[in-house]
Amino acid sequence: MMNRREFCKKTMIVAGGLIIPLSALEVFNPRRLYAEKNDKGKVRWVFLVDVHKCVGCGFCVKACKIENDVTWDANVTRTWVERYVITRDGQTLIDSPKGARDGFTSQKIDQAHAGLKDVKPEDIAKGFFVPKLCNHCDNPPCVQVCPVGATYQTQDGVVLVDRTWCIGCGYCVMGCPYGVRYFHPQLHVAEKCTLCYHRLSQGMKTACVDACPFGARRVGNIRDPEDPVTKIITTEQVNVLKEEFGTKPQVFYLGSSMEVK
Amino acid sequence: MKNHVWRPLFIVLAIVAGILITRTLLVPDDFGIGERGYMYGWHRKSNEAEWKKYPVKYKTATVCIECHKDKYDDIKDSPHGSISCENCHGPNYDHPKDPLGLNIDRSRGLCIRCHAYLPYRDSARAKIPGIDPVKHYPQAECIMCHYPHDPTKSNPKHRNPEVKS
Amino acid sequence: MVHGEAWTLKEFFVYPNEYIYWSIQIVMYPFMTGLVAGAFVLSSLYHVFGVKQLKDIARFSLVFSLALLPVAMMPLMLHLQQPQRGIYVMMTPHFTSAIAAFGIVFTTYGLIVASEIWFVYRQFIVETVLELRAKQQKTAVESARLFLYSLLSMGAMDLSPEALHKDERAVGILAGIGIPVACFLHGYAGFIFGSVKANALWMTPLMPVIFICSAVVSGIALCIVTYIITMEIRKLIFARKRRNNPRLPSTEELKSAEIQVVTMTAKYLVMFLVLAITLELLDLIFRTYTAVKSWDILRSVIYERDFFKIFILQYGLGNVVPFIIFLRPGLTIRRALVGTLLVLMGVFMMRWNVVIGGQAFSASFSGFMEYQLPIWPSTLELFKEGLFGALSVIITPFVLFFLVTRILPVFGIKDSH
Ligand code: HEC
Ligand code: HEC
Ligand code: HEC
Ligand code: HEC
Repeated sequence: MMNRREFCKKTMIVAGGLIIPLSALEVFNPRRLYAEKNDKGKVRWVFLVDVHKCVGCGFCVKACKIENDVTWDANVTRTWVERYVITRDGQTLIDSPKGARDGFTSQKIDQAHAGLKDVKPEDIAKGFFVPKLCNHCDNPPCVQVCPVGATYQTQDGVVLVDRTWCIGCGYCVMGCPYGVRYFHPQLHVAEKCTLCYHRLSQGMKTACVDACPFGARRVGNIRDPEDPVTKIITTEQVNVLKEEFGTKPQVFYLGSSMEVK
Repeated sequence: MKNHVWRPLFIVLAIVAGILITRTLLVPDDFGIGERGYMYGWHRKSNEAEWKKYPVKYKTATVCIECHKDKYDDIKDSPHGSISCENCHGPNYDHPKDPLGLNIDRSRGLCIRCHAYLPYRDSARAKIPGIDPVKHYPQAECIMCHYPHDPTKSNPKHRNPEVKS
Repeated sequence: MVHGEAWTLKEFFVYPNEYIYWSIQIVMYPFMTGLVAGAFVLSSLYHVFGVKQLKDIARFSLVFSLALLPVAMMPLMLHLQQPQRGIYVMMTPHFTSAIAAFGIVFTTYGLIVASEIWFVYRQFIVETVLELRAKQQKTAVESARLFLYSLLSMGAMDLSPEALHKDERAVGILAGIGIPVACFLHGYAGFIFGSVKANALWMTPLMPVIFICSAVVSGIALCIVTYIITMEIRKLIFARKRRNNPRLPSTEELKSAEIQVVTMTAKYLVMFLVLAITLELLDLIFRTYTAVKSWDILRSVIYERDFFKIFILQYGLGNVVPFIIFLRPGLTIRRALVGTLLVLMGVFMMRWNVVIGGQAFSASFSGFMEYQLPIWPSTLELFKEGLFGALSVIITPFVLFFLVTRILPVFGIKDSH
C-alpha cells in the first residue's frame, strides 16, 4: 500500500507530467491570449453596397472570378448577385444563376430543381438586385471554428485562408451563416473572398469595385473619418445582413429590404 | 522495476514526447497569435505576405488611356462612359506585352447583361434602355449596328443603312 | 466539379456556394464514436459499478471498443479534403474550435482503453509467455507469438497475488476515468454540431446530451448483436468439437448463459433509450412551441420532406418498435437480435437526420437541398463520400475485432477480474 509521502510524490510526478505537455503547447500564454481585441491599427476595411444602384450586370462576379482565379465554370463564386422579385401577392422569389456571372438576361427566375418561374410583369410589386460577398465580420464564426488556425483575420479586418495549412474539414464552410465559403475545385481547401487583399495593400480597390460601372460597390477604411465610405456608413441609414448571429458583419447595405436573406 | 502499474504511462509519455518533437519540426516558426488574438488571429504570419503577392490582373481603365486615347475619347462622354474598358475586353494582365492584343467580346451576351429588359420599375435596371434580346434583331451582333464605345452612334466599321445615325 | 455538387440537388433559392458539404462520412463519424463510447460504458458498468451480470459481456465489449477506436477516425480521414494534413490538429490546435480537441481527447481515450485492456489481459499475456518459454522445440509461429507476447507484457512478469490485485485496481481506476472521457469524446461530437450557430437545426445545447444517450444506446446494441453472433458461431464450433471433447459446454448451457446476458444488457439499453427519446422529443416540442425565425423552414423539413426518415424510420422503427420488443416479457435471442438491429438502425437514422437533415435547407431559409447518396464509386471522391466508403467504415471494426481476438481472446480464459 502507498503511504502518504509516496502518494504526494506520485501526485507531483503525474501533475508535472501533465503540465509539461500543456506548457509546451504554448497556447495558454495569458499575456498573448488577452492580446488586444480592440487593436489600434490605422486601417479597418469595410465594404458598402448600394442596392439601389445595382443593375445585375454581373461584371463584378466576372471580374472577381478572373482576378482571383476562381474556376470559371465551377458553380461556386466568391461574390455573387441575387435577384429578388416580390409579387403582388407577397411571394418572394430569389435566384442567382451561376452567381450572376453572366448577369441577369431573362425574366424567368431560376428555382433550381423546381424549374424556371415566369412572373407576369404586372404581378411584380418590386424587383431588385443584391450583391453579396464575405462580410469580413468582426466576430468571424468561420475563424472561430477552424481547428488548426488555417483561417484568420488580419489586423485590418480581412479574413483569409492559409492554403498550405487548411485540412479541408469544412467546419468553416458550415460555420458561415452567409454561405460565402466553399472548397476550391482544384486545390481542395477552403476558399473565400479575400477582399482582394493584394489590391487593397497596393492602394488599389477590389476587382469588383473597379468593375462596377454604377458605383454599387465601394470599399473603404472605417478608421479614417474622411473616407467617403465611412461618412456614408456613419451618417446614413445602412444595414447589415443577419445581424442576429452576432457576427458583426462589416459589409454595409444601403437600401436593403426586409426580404433580403 | 517494482511497480509494474506505471508501465503504460511510459508509453503515454513517449507518445506525448513524439508529438511535441514532430510539432517543433512541422510547425513553421512564424505560426502564432496575430493581432486579432488567439480566437481570430491564430495563424502563420507569412501567409499574409503570400496573399499580398497575388498577381493583379485588372489594371483599371486609367492605364488604357495612354495608348488607346481614341477609344477613351469616344467613350468618356457617351452613355457608356462609366463602364470600365476591362469589363468588355477582359483583364489587362501585362498587355500589350502579354497578351499582345486584348480579347474583343463581340457577342450579344455582353450587351444584354445590361440591356435585356427586366420589368423591375424601381431598380436601377429600369433606367437603362432595355430591349428584348429575342426580338431585337436576333440575327446580328449588336455591334453590327451600335458602336459600343458610344452607343448613341452607329458603328463606323459596320455602316448599316437601317440604323439611325 | 465542385465538392458537394455531385450529390446535392437544389430546389428554390440556395446560396450559390451552398452544397451538402458534410455527407455520409460525417453521419458515420458520430455513429462510430457513439459505438465506441457505448461499448466502453457497457464494459465499465461491470468494472466500476460491479454489475456482476455483465461480467461476460464486459471483457467482450472492452475489446470491441478497442477494435472500434481506429474506426472512429476513419470517417474523418475519408471526409477531409487534405487527409495528409490531419495531424495539424495536434500540431497547431485552435481550441476555440470544437474539432481541435478531437486529436487530444481521442488519443487520451485510446490510451485509456489500451491501458485498461493491458491490465485486464496482463495475466493472460504473462501466462502465455511462460507457457511458450517452457516449450523446448518452438515452431516459427510459436517463436513469433512468444516475441509478440513478450513485447505486450512490457517486461512486467510479476504474477504474485499482490501484483494481480494491483492490476485489478488499475482496471477499476481506468474504467472510472474512462467513463467521463468516453462521454466527453462523444458529447463533444454533439458539441461540434450543437455549436454551429449558422445552422438552425443543429444549434441547441441539448445536442451533446442527446448524442451521449444515443451513443450509449447504439454501443450497447452493437455489443449485444456482436455477442449474439459470436455465440452462435461458438455454438457451431463447439457442436463440432464436442464429438472429440465431450467436456465442452453443451449448446443448451451456452444458450441459457447467452439469454441471461442478453436480457440483462437489454435492460440497460432500454434505460438509455428512454432517456434519449425524452431529450429528442423535448427538443422537438421546444422548437415547435417557440417557433423562432427558422421554424418555418425547419417545419417543412421535419414534418414534410424528412417525415419518413424521422418519424417512421427513426422514431417508429428505430425507437418505438424495439421498445415494445424489449419490454414484452420472455425475451428470446431472435427477438433481441431483431430489436437491437432496429435500435442500431434508429440511431443511424438519428445521425443521418441530424447531419444531412441539418443541411436539407439553405441558410437563406428560402430553398432546400436534397442529398443523393453516391452509389457507384467512379471517382475517388465518390468512393470516399459514397456508399462504399461508408460500408468500408462499417466492416473495418469487425475485421479488426477478429484480428485483435486472435491475440487477446475474449472467451474461455480464466481471469481474476
Ligand atoms: C502601352 C500601350 C498600351 C496600353 C497601356 C494598352 N494597350 Fe491595348 N493595345 C496596344 C497595342 C500596341 C495593341 C495592338 C496589338 C496588335 O496589333 O496586336 C493593342 C491592342 C488592343 C486591343 C485589340 C485590338 C484589336 O484590334 O485586336 C484591345 C481590345 C486593347 N488593346 C484594349 C486595351 C485595354 C482595354 C487597355 C487598358 C486596360 C489597353 N488596351 C491598354 C497598346 C496598349
Ligand atoms: C460596352 C463594352 C465596351 C467597353 C466599355 C469598351 N469597349 Fe472597346 N470594344 C468593344 C467592342 C464590342 C469592340 C469591337 C467593336 C467592333 O468590332 O466593331 C471593341 C473594340 C475595341 C478596340 C479595337 C477595335 C477597334 O475598333 O479599333 C479597342 C482598341 C478598344 N475597343 C479599346 C477600348 C478601350 C481603351 C476602352 C476603355 C476606354 C474600351 N474599349 C471600352 C466593347 C467595349
Ligand atoms: C454595364 C452595362 C452596359 C453594358 C454591358 C452595355 N450598355 Fe449600353 N447602355 C448602358 C447605359 C447605362 C446606357 C445609358 C442609359 C442612359 O443613361 O440613358 C446605355 C445606352 C445604350 C444605348 C442607347 C444609346 C442612346 O441612344 O441613348 C445603346 C444603343 C446601347 N447602350 C448599346 C449597347 C451595346 C451594343 C452594348 C454591347 C456592346 C452595350 N450597350 C453594353 C449600359 C450598358
Ligand atoms: C440590325 C441592327 C441592330 C442590331 C443587330 C441591334 N440593334 Fe439595337 N437598335 C437598332 C435600331 C435601328 C434601334 C433604334 C430604333 C429602335 O428603337 O428600334 C435600336 C435601339 C436599341 C436600343 C434602344 C435605344 C433607345 O434609345 O431606346 C438599345 C438599348 C439597343 N438597340 C440595344 C441593342 C443590343 C443590346 C443589341 C444586341 C443584343 C442590339 N441593339 C442589336 C438596331 C440594331
